[in-house]
Amino acid sequence: MSDTGKPLVEAPADAVAGEVVLRLTDVVKTFPGVRALDGVQLEVRAGEVHCLLGQNGAGKSTLIKVLAGVHRPDSGEVVWRGEPASFANPQAAMRAGIATIYQELDLVDDLSVAENAFLGHEPRRFGFVRRGHMARRTRQILARLGHPEIPPGRLVRHLPAAGKQIVSMARALSHEARLIIMDEPSAVLAHDEVANLFRIIRELTAQGIAVIYISHRLEEIREIGDRVTVLKDGRTTAASLPARETPTRDLVARMTGRTIEYVFPQRPADHGGGAELLRVDGLTRPGEFADVSLRVRAGEIVGIAGLVGSGRSELLETIFGARRAHAGTVRVNGRTLRPGSVGAAVRAGMGMAPEERKSQALLLGEPIYRNVTLATFGRYARLGFTDAGQERAEADRIAESLELRPRDVRRPVRTLSGGNQQKVVVGRWLLGDTRLLLLDEPTRGVDVGARAELYQVIRDLAARGVGVLLVSSEVPEVLGLADRVLVMREGRVVREAPAGELDENTVLDLVMAGSLMEGAPA
Amino acid sequence: MSDVRESALPAQSPPVERAETAKVDAPAKLSWWRGDGGEGVKRNLGLLATLVVLVVIGILTRPDLYGDPNWVWGNTLTILKLASVVGVVTVGMTFVIIGGGIDLSVGAIVALAGVWCTTVATQSYGAGGMIFTALTVGLAVGVVNGLLVSYGRLVPFIATLAMLVAARGLAAEISDKQTQVSGNTFINGIASTNVLGIPLLVYILVAVVAAGWVLLNRTTFGRRTVAVGGNPEAARLAGINVRRHTVLLYALSGLCCGIAAVMLTAQATSAQAAMANLYELDAIAAAIIGGTLLSGGRGTIIGSLLGVIIFSTITNLFAINNLSAEAQNMVKGGIIVAAVLVQQVQFGSLTQFLARNRATTT
Ligand SMILES: Nc1ncnc2c1ncn2[C@@H]1O[C@H](COP(=O)(O)OP(=O)(O)OP(=O)(O)O)[C@@H](O)[C@H]1O
Ligand SMILES: [Mg+2]
Repeated sequence: MSDTGKPLVEAPADAVAGEVVLRLTDVVKTFPGVRALDGVQLEVRAGEVHCLLGQNGAGKSTLIKVLAGVHRPDSGEVVWRGEPASFANPQAAMRAGIATIYQELDLVDDLSVAENAFLGHEPRRFGFVRRGHMARRTRQILARLGHPEIPPGRLVRHLPAAGKQIVSMARALSHEARLIIMDEPSAVLAHDEVANLFRIIRELTAQGIAVIYISHRLEEIREIGDRVTVLKDGRTTAASLPARETPTRDLVARMTGRTIEYVFPQRPADHGGGAELLRVDGLTRPGEFADVSLRVRAGEIVGIAGLVGSGRSELLETIFGARRAHAGTVRVNGRTLRPGSVGAAVRAGMGMAPEERKSQALLLGEPIYRNVTLATFGRYARLGFTDAGQERAEADRIAESLELRPRDVRRPVRTLSGGNQQKVVVGRWLLGDTRLLLLDEPTRGVDVGARAELYQVIRDLAARGVGVLLVSSEVPEVLGLADRVLVMREGRVVREAPAGELDENTVLDLVMAGSLMEGAPA
Repeated sequence: MSDVRESALPAQSPPVERAETAKVDAPAKLSWWRGDGGEGVKRNLGLLATLVVLVVIGILTRPDLYGDPNWVWGNTLTILKLASVVGVVTVGMTFVIIGGGIDLSVGAIVALAGVWCTTVATQSYGAGGMIFTALTVGLAVGVVNGLLVSYGRLVPFIATLAMLVAARGLAAEISDKQTQVSGNTFINGIASTNVLGIPLLVYILVAVVAAGWVLLNRTTFGRRTVAVGGNPEAARLAGINVRRHTVLLYALSGLCCGIAAVMLTAQATSAQAAMANLYELDAIAAAIIGGTLLSGGRGTIIGSLLGVIIFSTITNLFAINNLSAEAQNMVKGGIIVAAVLVQQVQFGSLTQFLARNRATTT
């Protein structure tokens, strides 16, 4: 068996396109106090991309964890390739041919890329791991994923969030799978990477492999999906609709039980008139971004568009003091901030919702309200004694305005669905007197309805004089929400314009022009 | 409060959610007596059950002694007295571990503080001077530990291991390897005084535990401790000064050691460089048995207290049965291993196998 020329995933020889490989009937799964799945029906055929749609907390991730052997269903039937199946653990599901990319990264930070990709099924000979072989296979998979630049030997800890997502995809592809489940894989990916992902999905389905695809972006489902199953409150409300033909109104109505206009809030007529809140001059961190200057006025929303790796997140973290700038200054209200001090930034009224919720933002075991008030609990305290009652009341208010589900703020954050965890991260900075809000991918994993709420909340904040600096991989979001847009490429700002003067294609062209027009930063 | 939330639910809200709202409203009234964590309570009940089992073993092996109520009361006080010094140290240790660190130098700090407060020079200042010295020495060494860990960026294990060696060395130097007798009747009286039939040492333990509980569960300091240990990056990005807080945690541990030094000196009416030997192990073991997560971010003061009492009950059990200290250490070791195993199964560990199942918790 030679390594070269091997297909990405060994195609199961007996895969017949169109044959039903997976059928779920009346699957129920309860957690203490929550019926996460309450009668789910699902049918998946070989070679199709079957999309799962549903609001945050609808039960999508729970469903796929049942399929992946992480959870055992309380009742209901799972038929896998014609036989009733019950996977005792994730290994059993993998052996049966089901590979899963989880919504939350589940990589081991202190192992290398290759070790993570082959975790649990390392190629062995005489009991020894074949490291060279493993590295070669990993390199192949990464190349097929369009990321030959990720070294198989690098510790995962040192990869950016998007890189980690690639590694968890590589892990799923390292198995001989007949069904690959992807739980919001595109949430962390930029536009071009999503295109890349779709190319891979098409290769997979052409080999007869079935794909279950979860995303809150309807455009994606139209582009890649074959059929759609909609979940609402743990129940299937519509099974196997045609992905391309079903009208958006129908899908949204089945997801939410109501119709939501997916629109951005109106911009005020005279934006940009407020006093200058943030002034960044010549900010530089070698290898990340160079000579970035920008302004944010009170009441203004400034968007930053750019690819993952263009230095957007690093820029935000540096402004916030979480990284120390090599050169340049950050001024808030005319006063220069002490570099490299988050405390100074917070005291100056800044808040930042970071990119990676699990590793950078949340205390998973702590209750929701304590996560919401993590940056502000000192303000509700008297003489150092915390005021749990008031904290809960404030958190309740946030939970309500962001449609957090379940609403009970005493639950551990760990038990929330991904999108709801994201709302907690953003909600943290809606409390207190934040005057300048830095948002890094604030809507990652948030469903259509809650997203509209979140946009409105952000716009309302701006109307009250808060300045917002927004980073997002979704160009329409940046264009629709921001007043002014900066386009970043390879660590430099290549264009700055009012949002009204740009359209999606212009921005995408700018973002992806690559190094044709300008050299890489020093 | 609850009706506000009811009305906030959308009209077509599913029955599932409404049932749940009703379900979780009940425990709110109970929550004043515990932290909001909740799950700690169940674990503490398990520890109480362990304690009951130990007592039952005592009754079965020495029915003669347990037949006498006076003996039982006296023995209970003996156990609590035995637990008092290590208990005070364990409170500080619990904070350090919840905050994501470890303090191997506690025994050495107790010894150093004990020796320093019993030098001829210090004793000449009277009881006030001795207590002040012990607390200050403990606090100062703790601050140095904290600075080494947070600003010197040493691994806590290494920094406090070095401090263990250094502080014992300094204590030997100061005492010239001699036992220093405390001639201060007030200090010595701390160990021999009873108030309402209960030793003063036990009151001190109760006071420190109560203060620790309030500090952990009701103050901003406690909240920062959990945040810093649970997810340091998240704490930092929320504007918490992680380094300063780390220094404070080790300082608190040092202060507890200072208090413990006074108590132990009073008990022995003397101090020497070898005192409080291996207290670090007892304190860490008690905290872990009490449910404190070694990786930080979770733990309870009550659990730690129960851990200490369980250990001293075991010691007592061996003593009343005239069994050897060696056998006793083996049993203690076994209990520690069992406790850590339980913890790993409950909370997941870093091993590959469990890491792969980590999706379960998200
Ligand atoms: N371990 C758990 N313990 C308790 N409740 C849980 C647990 N895991 C999930 N839940 C609850 O089950 C419900 C479904 O969650 P799930 O993660 O499946 O949602 P989802 O559809 O994936 O949402 P999202 O789009 O936000 O990712 C939610 O109400 C969630 O709070
Ligand atoms: Mg999910």
